[in-house]
Amino acid sequence: MDEILNIRGISKKYEDLVVLDHLDLRVRSGEVVVIVGPSGCGKSTFLRCINALEKVDDGEVILDGKVIDPQDKHLSKVREKIGMVFQSYELFPHKTVLQNLVLAPVRVKKMNRKEAEKEALRLLERVGLLSKKNNYPRQLSGGQKQRVAIVRALMMNPEILLLDEITAALDPEMVREVLEVVLDLAKEGRTMIIVTHELPFAKAVADRVVFIDGGRIIEEGEPKDFFEHPKTERLRKFLHSFTYE
Amino acid sequence: MGFELLLKGNNLGRLFGGLAVALKISLLSVCISLILGTVLGSLMNDRHPLIKGVLRGYLEIVRLMPQLVLLFLAYFGTTRVLGINISAETASVFVFSFWGTAEMSDLVRGALSGIPAAQYESSMALGLNDVQTLVFVILPQIIRRMLPLSINLITRMIKTTSLIMMIGIVEVLKVGQQIIEANRKIDPNAAFGIYFTVFVLYFAVCWPISKLSKYLEKKWEA
Repeated sequence: MDEILNIRGISKKYEDLVVLDHLDLRVRSGEVVVIVGPSGCGKSTFLRCINALEKVDDGEVILDGKVIDPQDKHLSKVREKIGMVFQSYELFPHKTVLQNLVLAPVRVKKMNRKEAEKEALRLLERVGLLSKKNNYPRQLSGGQKQRVAIVRALMMNPEILLLDEITAALDPEMVREVLEVVLDLAKEGRTMIIVTHELPFAKAVADRVVFIDGGRIIEEGEPKDFFEHPKTERLRKFLHSFTYE
Repeated sequence: MGFELLLKGNNLGRLFGGLAVALKISLLSVCISLILGTVLGSLMNDRHPLIKGVLRGYLEIVRLMPQLVLLFLAYFGTTRVLGINISAETASVFVFSFWGTAEMSDLVRGALSGIPAAQYESSMALGLNDVQTLVFVILPQIIRRMLPLSINLITRMIKTTSLIMMIGIVEVLKVGQQIIEANRKIDPNAAFGIYFTVFVLYFAVCWPISKLSKYLEKKWEA
């Protein structure tokens, strides 16, 4: 399979605190990479560096063979290709679900509004929220909001999707409805980088799991090996912190 | 009770004329305040400590100083010291705008800082550029937060125009006073009827505005 994303030696510091320390990651088209690690290990910062919401101090991100330049005036053209879903949903509160979904396709992709709406309705139906199309975000539950946020990112038909702890703010009973949508996307062959604390989900969805700690990749592997035969002591400890025995 | 005086001569018409003067001054001031307040308000979150400090100081001064003192200062004070001779109406518009701009800038600042950084980020992550993010995502939210509050400011301004008669402008309250004075001998009870009418006029103007603000608040924040 073709390589779609190549991250080379990115580093990031906040004053004296090293958040990312020369991280490398290659992602192939259609691959689902799940990133796990303790809180504050730099997972989220890592995702935000990919679409240049954070500027890296060193290293580069290469998408489709082109280096992403954070100074580029046409950075928004690059961001179009990278979908992102946030922990706190960040739907636009003054717009209805449907308006949230068609804003970027109409304004950025210059898509015909009728067509954009048709596509939005098709995707809403797929995630079971067709009946909510004219509701405002405040009228939805957290799980519903997050499903809309996923659809909003899909509307741009991105080459790669970044999911940043998308279930961390949800009540437990809503986690599943969101993760099922993600599993569905994985089956469809979407390229995704997922940061999550839901280890059973990581195991189910990932082609490859990456463990980050202290701003570095400590270990990575296929889910079965990763969870059942961790090679490093740090990963063993991390995995153990999720079990009660 | 004094109401009969309203029908005498052109008294009622004169009261309406006075009201028009008050409305003209407040609406002109509101427009100026809206524009300048938006500019200053977006600067108030500036990182530069000097800009921030000056704007904070300005807001504090305007809040603490009675509008009447500002009116006297602008109208009587400047004439001799600065040698400029501005009309009472100009002085009023100046003072009301000076006051309104400060209040409005604080509203804009509050509305701006109430929008989470992630709203900008999620918009940009979708591929919207800076201008599109501002126009389609941020500004509509700011306007929704601010409009009910700025409408409130408008009613406060209209009410406060009752002070401008102190610098010689014949607005609705002054007209009322004149009618009462002129008829003191024939109708000693004039004060009640006329001032009550003035009250009703203020109410008739401010009440719908206040209702509109309530309506918008409900519509957008429910």
